[in-house]
Amino acid sequence: MTTQAVPAGNAASDPATAAARATAAILSDTLHGRERGVVVDSPPGAGKSTLVVRAALELAEAGRPLMIVAQTNAQVDDLVLRLAEKSPQLPVGRLHSSDADPYDKALDDLPNVRKSAKAADLAGLAVVVSTAAKWAHVKVDEPWRHAIVDEAYQMRSDSLLAVAGLFERALFVGDPGQLDPFAIVGSEQWAGLSYDPSASAVSTLLAHNPGLPQHRLPVSWRLPASAAPLVSDAFYPYTPFRSGTAHDDRRLTFAVPSDGSGPDRVIDEAAGSGWGLLELPARHTPRTDPEAVGAVAAVVGRLLDRGGAAVSERSSDPVPLTADRIAVGTAHRDQAAAVRAALAGLGVADVTVDTANRLQGREFDVTVVLHPLSGRPDATAFHLETGRLCVLASRHRHACIVVCRAGVSELLDDYPSTEPVQLGTVVKFPDGWEAMMSTWDHWSGHRVPWRP
Amino acid sequence: MSLISTLARLEAVHTGRAQPAATVRHRHLSERPLVLVPLTTAGEAGAPLGALVGTDRDAPHLLVVEQPRDRDLRFAFLAELADVVLPYIDACAGAVETAERTETDPETGKRVKVEVDLCADAAQLIVPSRAGIDFVRLLGRSMRFRRTAEQDPEAPHPAPPRVPLLGRWLTHYGERARVPGSSLLLAMTDVLGRHWATGQSTLEDQHLGALLAWIDPPEGMSGAEAALRAELERDAGGQLLCPPAGPATDPAFDNKLLAPAIERYDRARSALAAAEDGADADERLAALTAAEREIRALVDSRTRPTWDAVWRGLDLLRALPEGARVEERWTRDRWSFTGHRDRVLAGEPPQPRRDDAVTAANKLATREREQARLEAQEALDDPLVMAGRRLAGEAFAGEVTDVVMAYGEGRRPAPRPLVTVRTDDRPQLGERAKVYRSLGGRPQAAEFVGYEEDGSCVVLRIVDKMGRGKEPEAGSVPEKGDRVCFTLFEHEQRGGAKLPDPEQTPWTHGGPPGEAVPEAADPLTEEDLL
Repeated sequence: MTTQAVPAGNAASDPATAAARATAAILSDTLHGRERGVVVDSPPGAGKSTLVVRAALELAEAGRPLMIVAQTNAQVDDLVLRLAEKSPQLPVGRLHSSDADPYDKALDDLPNVRKSAKAADLAGLAVVVSTAAKWAHVKVDEPWRHAIVDEAYQMRSDSLLAVAGLFERALFVGDPGQLDPFAIVGSEQWAGLSYDPSASAVSTLLAHNPGLPQHRLPVSWRLPASAAPLVSDAFYPYTPFRSGTAHDDRRLTFAVPSDGSGPDRVIDEAAGSGWGLLELPARHTPRTDPEAVGAVAAVVGRLLDRGGAAVSERSSDPVPLTADRIAVGTAHRDQAAAVRAALAGLGVADVTVDTANRLQGREFDVTVVLHPLSGRPDATAFHLETGRLCVLASRHRHACIVVCRAGVSELLDDYPSTEPVQLGTVVKFPDGWEAMMSTWDHWSGHRVPWRP
Repeated sequence: MSLISTLARLEAVHTGRAQPAATVRHRHLSERPLVLVPLTTAGEAGAPLGALVGTDRDAPHLLVVEQPRDRDLRFAFLAELADVVLPYIDACAGAVETAERTETDPETGKRVKVEVDLCADAAQLIVPSRAGIDFVRLLGRSMRFRRTAEQDPEAPHPAPPRVPLLGRWLTHYGERARVPGSSLLLAMTDVLGRHWATGQSTLEDQHLGALLAWIDPPEGMSGAEAALRAELERDAGGQLLCPPAGPATDPAFDNKLLAPAIERYDRARSALAAAEDGADADERLAALTAAEREIRALVDSRTRPTWDAVWRGLDLLRALPEGARVEERWTRDRWSFTGHRDRVLAGEPPQPRRDDAVTAANKLATREREQARLEAQEALDDPLVMAGRRLAGEAFAGEVTDVVMAYGEGRRPAPRPLVTVRTDDRPQLGERAKVYRSLGGRPQAAEFVGYEEDGSCVVLRIVDKMGRGKEPEAGSVPEKGDRVCFTLFEHEQRGGAKLPDPEQTPWTHGGPPGEAVPEAADPLTEEDLL
C-alpha cells in the first residue's frame, strides 16, 4: 500500500541518525517541495507529534500562515500545549466549538494562545489549530498557505472533503496501522470509488494524487526493544521499523516480591520479557466477562501495590510506576466501564481505562489489555480488525500484559476472515486474522495460566 | 446484537413464539401501499420472471415473462409494470399541500422562507424481503438509461415510453431505502424483524414464511415447528409448500417445473413461426397459448403465497399503534418523494451511474444523521426500546428523591437545580457527562454531578429549558416523587457542515468533475441477446 520515497535507513546505522535523516527529508519536501501534499507514515511512538510541532514551527518561521487539523479536541489541546512549550512567543490560535468547556483549561495560562469560537478572531495568527469537525464550518476568502493534517489515517475522506478547500498545500501525518475510520451506516455502495466517503483521507488523497512524496519515520521511540519487532512484523510487515532503544536501556522492577499468584507471576513475566499473557480457562462469556474483568483489575491492583519502578533512557534513576503511567485497553465501551467499576471496587483511581479508539495516540509505561477475542463464541470483523489490536499492543514503553480466555487459536481456526472482496479497493495487509494469529503465537510464549 | 434482543430471542426459543421487540409501530404504513412480489430467473441477473403487484390484496396484477431471456418480452413486462406502478405514483404526486421551506435567496444570499408544494402523501412500495429491495434497485438501474424510440430513433431495441421513467422512480426508491428509518420502500421481513424477536437467527428471519410462523403460528403448533415446516416441507412432487419470498426461486421448482414449461413454450413458439397454412397456425397458436398459460400458472403459484404473507404481515403490523415520531419521519419521506417528482418534472436527466465525491459524502452524512435520529426516536417512542438502552447503560429511569435549588455563577445567576434520581439502572456516566430527558417533546439537558448512596442515586444538575427568569418556569424542573427517564444520547441531531458544491471539489478529491455530460445509454453486449 505504501511506497517509500526515502529508504528506511540502513539497519546498521544509529536509530537517531536514521530518524533525523527521515525528518530532514520530510521538512525539506514540506518547505521546499513542489507537490501540494506530503504524506508521512508514522508507526506507533515514532515521534509524530514532535514532527508536527517541528514542521509547524519551521513553517511559521518561514512566514507561511498555517492551519493545523487534528481529529479530537484532546489532540488539538495537546498540540497547542506542545507548540507553546517549544516556542512560548509564537502566536497560536485555538479555534474551538461553542459548547460548554470547549478546550483544556491549561490553555488559559498561555499568554500567546488566543482562543475563540470564530475563525475571524484568529486571523493573522501564525498558527491556528482546531478539529476537523470545527474547521468544516469555517469559511474563508483566502485559503491558508499551508496546513498540517494530523492523524490523517483516522480522518474520513468526507471530512477531508469538507476542509480541503481551506488550504493550498498540506502535510498529512498519521499511523496507517491504527484503527481505520468507520461509518455507522453501510457504505458498500461507494466501495472501490477513489473518493469513497467512508475511506481514510489518505487513501482518497493518494488515489487522486499518486505522485505525492511519501515518507515514513523508521524508529519507534516508545516501544521497547522487546515490543518493536513483534508489532512491526505483525502489523507493518512491508514497512518495518525498529525500536530506538536497546534491550538493556529499559528496566521494570518491583519492590514487593511475587506472592506466586497468577497476576504476580504474569507481572514478573512481563517485567522480564516485555510481554505477559494471563490466560483464564476457556469459556464463552458475555462481553463484560466478570472473571476476566476481575483479572484485569487484579493485575492493575498488584502493579500498584508492588511498588513498581521504571528505569529508562529518559532518566537513570528509577521512576515510580504510578497509576497515571498505567492504562487498561478494551475493545468495547461496556468492557471499559466494567473495568472502571472493578478498579473503583479495589480503591484504585487515576488509571486510564478506555477503548482502543480512545487510546490512539496515547503512551503509558505499562498497559493491561483485555484481548478482543476473549470469551467470544465468534470472531467478527470488528473483533478481528487489525488496527484495534495494533493500538492495544503498542501503547506501552515497558511492558504489556494481555488478559484472555484460552481458546483463541481454536476460535481463529473456526473463523477464517470472510469479508467480501470489493472491486477497486486496496486490500490491507496483514488482515486481522493473520495479525491475531501471529501476536497470539508470540504471546503464548509468555503465558501464565490462572484459575481465578 | 444488544443484550435485550439476545434475551428476547432466548425467551422466544423457550416459549416457542416470537417475543415483541417493540410496543409501537416504528415505520409508517400507508393506507394503500403498493405491494410488489417479484421473481427473477436463476442465473440471469436482472431478468425478471414475473411479479404480483398491486394495491388491492384480493386482485393483484400477475405479470409474467414467458421466456425471460427474450428482451422484447422483458420490455413488455417492464411496460406492464410501469402501467401499474406509475399511475399509483402519479396519484400521490398530483395531490399537494403547501409547505414552508427555508432556502437561500440567490440574490441576497439570505435565508428566506418560501412556500413550496409538498405531496400530501407519498407512494409506498412494499416488497417481501431485503433481496426484493436489491431487485428493485437492479430493475431501476437496468431501466433508467434505456432510450425510447422517441429519444433515439436509431436505438436497436427501443424501450417502451414509460420504462425509463419507472427506472428513475425505482432507483429513487432503492436509494431512499438506504436511509435509516425511511418508509418509502420497505422489506416486510425487515419491518417484522424490527418488531418481533424470533427464536432463530437473523439470517433465518429473511425467510418471510418462517418469520411469520414464529410470530403467528397456526393453531396447535409452536413457532419453531411451524417455522421448520415453512422452511423445509415439500409436497409429493418435491416442491416447497411455502415457496421462498424471492426474488430467487427454489431450484427444485426451476428444474422440475419451470424449465420444462419454458422449453414447451419455446417449442410451441418455433412451431408457430414455422406454420405453413392458416389451420396449422391456429392449432399451433392454441398450443402456444396453452404453454403461456402454464407458465403464468406456475408464476402465480409461487408468488401468491408470498403475496398473502406480505398482507398478513401488514395486518400484524397495523395492529400496533404508530409511534409518536413516525409521522415526522414519514414527512421526510414525503419531502424526498416530492423532490424527486420535481426533478422529473423539471426534465433533469436520470440519476448518474456513480455518485460524485460531494454527493456521496452528503448522502453518507445524511444517513448517519438519520441513523442517530432513528435510534433516539425509537427509544423515546417506545418504553421497550428504551429498556434496551437502559440495559446497555445508555439511559436510566428512576424516581426523583430530592431537588435542591442552586444557581450558576455569573452576573445574572441562572437556576441550576440539583436533582437526585434513585435508579436500579447502571448508566455508564463519565465525569460531567451530559444527559437528556424529554420535556413536552423537547430535550432538556442536565449534567452528571456524582453518585450518592453506593451508586444507587444519581445527582444531576439541570442546565436548560427553565426559562429566562431567576425562578425556573413551572413544570420545568422535576419534583420529588416524579418518575423520570434520562438518556445519555442526544434526542435531536445537529446538521453537519456544508460541503463544497461539486464544482468546487478540492484537489484532494480529484478536483471539479467538469461539465456534466448526459450519461450514455447502456451499450448492447452479446449477453443481452438471446
